[in-house]
Amino acid sequence: MYLGKVIGTVVATQKYEGLEGKKLLVVTPLDHKLARTGADQVAVDTVRAGHGDLVYLVGSREAALALDPWFVPVDAAIIGIVDDVHAPANGARK
Amino acid sequence: MKLCRVEGSVTATVHHPTFDGRKLLIVQPVDETGRAVGDSFLAVDLVQAGAGDTVLVNQEGNGARQLLKLGAQVPIRSLIVGVVDAVDHE
Repeated sequence: MYLGKVIGTVVATQKYEGLEGKKLLVVTPLDHKLARTGADQVAVDTVRAGHGDLVYLVGSREAALALDPWFVPVDAAIIGIVDDVHAPANGARK
Repeated sequence: MKLCRVEGSVTATVHHPTFDGRKLLIVQPVDETGRAVGDSFLAVDLVQAGAGDTVLVNQEGNGARQLLKLGAQVPIRSLIVGVVDAVDHE
C-alpha cells in the first residue's frame, strides 16, 4: 500500500465487464514526505475520492479485491482518503 | 519479508471496510545497517509497532489474507509481522 495524490480523472466508455460504473482517477504515487516516487497511474476509486485528495492505494492483485465484483482487471485501487500523515522525524504533514 | 523502519502513521476516516480499527503505519525499507533503500510505503500493524522501531514487513497479498483470516476478498498487501530487536551482520 502507498500514498498518492489525485490529479485528474479518466473517462472510458468501453470497459471490461465488471468495471461498468467504476470511477477511474489519475494518481501520482508519493512517499511519506509527499515526494513523487514514480510515474502517474490510473486507479479505480472505492471511497469517493476527488481531485486534489491525498489518498492511499493498494496495488497488484489486491487492488481487484477491493472491488465488487472482484474478478476484474485492475492493478491499483484507492482504498482510503488520508486525513493526516504523522511522521515525527521529518515533520511531514498533509 | 522486508526489514523496515517505522517512520510514522497515517490516519484515514474514509476507508475500505477491511481497514476498520486497523493501525496503518509508514514504513521505510532499510538495509542491514539501517540505511534507507527505496521508497516508503504503508503497512497494517499486527504487532503494536511504533515510530522508530525496526520491523519485519510481509509485502505479499496471499500471506496477508492467511494471517488476517478474513476470507478471500481482503485488499491488504503489506503487514508488519515482527518488531526487530537486533540485526547481526558481517
